[in-house]
Amino acid sequence: MGFKHLITSKKTLSLFAAFVLFGTNLMAQTPAQGDAATVDKGAMWTGIAYYVLLFLVASVCVAIVGKILRVYDLTQKMQGKKGINWNGVMGICCAIFLVAGMYGAYWSLTVQGSMKLPEPASAHGGSIDDMFTTTTILTLIVFVITQICLFGFAFVYRGSDKRKAHFLPHNNTIEKVWTIIPAIVLTILVVFGFFTWQRVMTSTEVKGDINIDVTGHQFAWEIRYPGADGKLGSTNFRLFTAANKLGVDFKDRNSFDDLSADTLVLPVNKSIRINIHAQDVIHSLYMPHFRVQLNAVPGLPTYFKFVPTITTAKMKMITGNANFEYLLYCNKICGSGHWNMQKVVRVVSQAEYQDWIAKQKPYLSDQLRKELHFADSKPANQVSASNRLAVNN
Amino acid sequence: MSTLAVHDHGVVHHEDGHEHHHKATFLNTYVFSQDHKYIAKQFLVTGIIMAFIAMSLSILFRIQLAYPEKSFPFLTTLLGHFAPNGRISADFYMSLVTIHGTIMVFFVLTAGLSGTFANLLIPLQVGARDMASPFVNMLSYWFFLMASIVMLSSFFVQSGPASGGWTIYPPLSALPKSMPGSGMGMTLWLVSMVMFIASQLMGGINYISTVLNMRTKGMDLWKMPLTVWALFLTAVLGVLSFPVLVAGVVLLIFDRSAGTSFYLSDIILNNQVQPYEGGSPILFQHLFWFLGHPEVYIVIMPAMGLSSEVLAVNSRKPIFGYHAMVYSLIGISVLSFIVWGHHMFVTGMNPFLGGVFMITTLIIAVPSAVKTFNWLATLWRGNIRFTPAMLFAIGMVSFFISGGLTGIFLGNAALDINLHDTYFVVAHFHLVMGSAAIFGMLAGVYHWFPKMFRRMMDERLGYLHFWLTFIGAYLVFFPMHFMGLEGVPRRYYAFTEFESMKHWLTVNVFITWSAIMAGIAQLAFAYNFIHSIFWGKKTVQNPWNSNTLEWTAPIEHHHGNWIGEIPTVYRWPYDYSKPGHDEDFIPQHIPFSQTMSSNLPHDFEDNPGGLAEHTKWTDAQKANEAVK
Repeated sequence: MGFKHLITSKKTLSLFAAFVLFGTNLMAQTPAQGDAATVDKGAMWTGIAYYVLLFLVASVCVAIVGKILRVYDLTQKMQGKKGINWNGVMGICCAIFLVAGMYGAYWSLTVQGSMKLPEPASAHGGSIDDMFTTTTILTLIVFVITQICLFGFAFVYRGSDKRKAHFLPHNNTIEKVWTIIPAIVLTILVVFGFFTWQRVMTSTEVKGDINIDVTGHQFAWEIRYPGADGKLGSTNFRLFTAANKLGVDFKDRNSFDDLSADTLVLPVNKSIRINIHAQDVIHSLYMPHFRVQLNAVPGLPTYFKFVPTITTAKMKMITGNANFEYLLYCNKICGSGHWNMQKVVRVVSQAEYQDWIAKQKPYLSDQLRKELHFADSKPANQVSASNRLAVNN
Repeated sequence: MSTLAVHDHGVVHHEDGHEHHHKATFLNTYVFSQDHKYIAKQFLVTGIIMAFIAMSLSILFRIQLAYPEKSFPFLTTLLGHFAPNGRISADFYMSLVTIHGTIMVFFVLTAGLSGTFANLLIPLQVGARDMASPFVNMLSYWFFLMASIVMLSSFFVQSGPASGGWTIYPPLSALPKSMPGSGMGMTLWLVSMVMFIASQLMGGINYISTVLNMRTKGMDLWKMPLTVWALFLTAVLGVLSFPVLVAGVVLLIFDRSAGTSFYLSDIILNNQVQPYEGGSPILFQHLFWFLGHPEVYIVIMPAMGLSSEVLAVNSRKPIFGYHAMVYSLIGISVLSFIVWGHHMFVTGMNPFLGGVFMITTLIIAVPSAVKTFNWLATLWRGNIRFTPAMLFAIGMVSFFISGGLTGIFLGNAALDINLHDTYFVVAHFHLVMGSAAIFGMLAGVYHWFPKMFRRMMDERLGYLHFWLTFIGAYLVFFPMHFMGLEGVPRRYYAFTEFESMKHWLTVNVFITWSAIMAGIAQLAFAYNFIHSIFWGKKTVQNPWNSNTLEWTAPIEHHHGNWIGEIPTVYRWPYDYSKPGHDEDFIPQHIPFSQTMSSNLPHDFEDNPGGLAEHTKWTDAQKANEAVK
């Protein structure tokens, strides 16, 4: 073959050597230009050389073991005995893997599985967790049985010259059985899941006791609470200014008493409707402790309605972690700051909530008031706008 | 039936130079070859190189996840301004995950897997001289190579490669200012993908027409090996779904370059109100996943086909429930077009649609379960020969079970609320689609290596490769499920800012080292692969005692596959260990008249003449017995 000729020729070898030399020269020069100029290059290369050496030693060991096996194999064959029975060896490996793997899975499930989220802190979370448990039990049973069959059969029926396999092209009865059983199990899961999903996501009464606007942008969340009227003013992205970051429309009188907040504080056992907006790219509002997630899509306002049931203080006791806080974070890739786009969520009693909300700053800041006057170029409009503001305050 | 007229141009097996002045030149034999076997090798080698690149990328971001606050000067040496002060930058981290995903899904597991084995096996297993259109087939490879080069070239762009995730959801990917990777890198990504899809379509149309039109005498559809069935249905899926991605991509290009608003609306970026209005980001997701979901079956179905074949050959047993296997493949293919919405449960899509997609999604689990049970039944009472290919096929089944079961969680819309986009998803698809498909591919490489390179791979290195990779993959992906259950999102640059995620750091270190171990194990494969191509043990014609047609073709390659007439096919490909026959396999081209002692009445279901012969023969045998 032509390629073989190419590979074995000495010219290629010397070319390769020259290339490697050239390459190392290049490599040595690049860091001098980069940011790592100050780093001790000698130490860095010894570090890498150490690992390369380690790898080479391991490779040599593998090669030696391989040769020993081969020599053993050949001597056995020369003496007229059979060589290594790889079918047997691999069959036993499968059996060992089955036992070790099952233990590993058990360990992982108990040790790492116990690190999962604490009990759901919302009214609908319980039904989701129940379904999770049911699905876990069902799938674990299937997992254990099928993996035991797979590696068990591999071990039990490992090849031998003495046997012939059992000719079994098909068996309609058993095939029907294992089509129908999964179908029934899955139907149950589907029905169960379908109604849970409908209950969580759709509701005829979508207003909620408290409406809160959460708006995502690169890379933070803005929170807007309604004021005393309990209604949020409408928004329009074209009204965006430095002081009116959410583009709230002040022609809507519901806007005037809206509040802006730094923390998402929720009263316990009240129905909360979070209106989810995004300004630039898709974000995802994710509050895993409440089993709440919905994407924030620019141009497509969405909402999620839920009832928090456990206060932060109580959850601190449940988790045994004095620093526990509920969190809201972004769960849809949105840029370089995606990994740190979080807000603290605090669930408090009704009384604490009233105290807290009373202290929140109005969205209509002094800056924004000034800007609204300034933005209206026509004096007539300006007067009417300020009149309205005066009336409402 | 159809046999292609073939120009018998000089057979090219010479050690001494390539200067044939007539038809076979170096250029048209080794570079612009139109021989399907050579194109298969081109796809394979390119695919393997891309796989190594994508794997290295994953090791890079695994280092970042395990040691988020440590400085590695060699990273700066290697990556320059992408990794200032020895730490990968947050932007480049995004690029790494994006390009890792893109290369693995499209370039390795779609083109590398389908491209290699559809090209190699379809003509050889259905008994054709070459593909329906060898020239288009060649173009398919060269478009793929160009796509690969363009994709990799984005690493040399100042602002870095595309970084919006392999799903490139707009507006992130549509607004060049939203992140550095959405600039030039994203443009290159889109250009590369358009070329890639062109390559897939040319390949797919070829595979379909070859399977439908160019089967040898006697090879009806129900005598085709499961590999061909799987590759055929894969090609159908690709041809039907890839154009939709082109549509999505072209609209995205318009939004990026022509100022349209297909996917954009109500956007304020860098404190500036953007002029876009009326578009919907969800539209892109629908278009993307209309391809994207069939795409995961495009990835896994060839692996299923290859594994079915390898499992049957090495268990020395017929594949259990051949018809059920084919029908489940067809079922999966059809259903795969109506489940795409399960990627979008929490995107703000109408919740009612979510419920509908949940139902279709869980239905697709039924044919998948049937396939799994049939594989297990194939092993049962077999006489299992543990070649490396067999081990990889068993590994594929194991991953498919482990990863498939978590799909039942994610396909359930209510559970998806909390699991969506967490590490649970990462664990799920890396097992069921990533690891399972790559194991199917490796099974195929080990099994058909003698057919491709006329030499055998080293078995013991294969064993080493298998166990290290198999254990490594489980160690990497199994713990990720539990990270997901605690609500740890994927594509996070570091967990350091979240108090609650800090206890996963030790797990991350463990996962990274497992990944490095599994990565190093691939060097054993690379060494074995390259060494065996040149210096491996020479193969015999039918090294695995297999029934399918490719092993009747001569060891030496000819453009045209068989010298003289193409063998006629008389039986299905799975007559292994048939009782009454002296050997434990009967190749497809052996007529029933030569195997009277092992024929069963079942073999003559659609052949009354044959059945009459068979009855006569058995009666005669009985008469003889009586005489004795």
